[in-house]
Amino acid sequence: MHDALIVVVLLLVAAAATGAVLQRDPARQAVVLSALGLTLAVLFTVLQAPDVGLAQLAVGSAVTPLMILLTVRKVRRKGRRE
Amino acid sequence: MTRRLRLWVLTAGLLATAALYVAACTDLPAFGGSWHPYGDRAVRAALQQHTANAVSSVNFDQRAFDTLGEETVLFSSVLGTVVLLRRTRGEKRVAPGPAEVPAALRRYGLLVLPVTLLIGLYVIAHGQLSPGGGFQGGVVVATSLHLLYIAVDYKALERIRPLGLFELADGTGEAAYILLGAAGLIAGSAYLANTLPLGTFNTLSSGGTVPLLNAAVGVEVTSAVVVLLAHFLGQALEIESEDGAKDGGREA
Repeated sequence: MHDALIVVVLLLVAAAATGAVLQRDPARQAVVLSALGLTLAVLFTVLQAPDVGLAQLAVGSAVTPLMILLTVRKVRRKGRRE
Repeated sequence: MTRRLRLWVLTAGLLATAALYVAACTDLPAFGGSWHPYGDRAVRAALQQHTANAVSSVNFDQRAFDTLGEETVLFSSVLGTVVLLRRTRGEKRVAPGPAEVPAALRRYGLLVLPVTLLIGLYVIAHGQLSPGGGFQGGVVVATSLHLLYIAVDYKALERIRPLGLFELADGTGEAAYILLGAAGLIAGSAYLANTLPLGTFNTLSSGGTVPLLNAAVGVEVTSAVVVLLAHFLGQALEIESEDGAKDGGREA
């Protein structure tokens, strides 16, 4: 039962990671990355590493995508002006 | 180097890495087994030190020096960001105008903000007892403040985020960790040694120096993430070149 859960979560991680690679628009990519962070957090929790899971949840699905989105906004603003 | 030579070097490197990786993997214990030599020792040491969260015992007691390194990595990378993302000559700050926020988003954001803040503080305070600690809780606290930017606007965020104070707190958290380590030296044993009374197992004040180091990391990480995001937000929303046209508002 537990092994099946691990396999399911691993597949979810693989699907989200593939989605993040296949998505070419950086702004959308940040959103997919956030979902990937969430699935990784679930994986770490299932593998009994809740400390790492929490860190992944906070950094991987919130701070990193936010920083990417802000960077995209800055770059696009610059592009629009020139 | 010609393209061909580069490819050969790449191939050799990849093959060597693959060989080493396979060799390392063949000696790994099987997945999910019951043989955990390091884990057993770490948990035994954690129990000896009255620290209920064995991971925090590793982070702030058994391997406290590694954590000093990690904290310093974050500190110096934020310092680098502050230097790189400052307003340079030929750039000006333009305050972004107020933005329309859907009523539902505003309600939801203002409801979730205090809850998230409380969860973050709880995670920091209970680092020595339950999963989490200064690092995880610090990031949660820092992100919770930014819900105000989503729910209201940039101006509201700026009001609850005195940047100077957070920069000061960032340095204070880092310094507190280093000085707490020196306290171990003064008390007679080694740098970052756990010299305080260990307290009663599974209470807030247990673990000796663990809750103190954990709190120092909590302060440092909270402020570091706030300062980091402040400079990203400043670049994305405020700073533009002198001759540039203003583009007010923000994207949803």
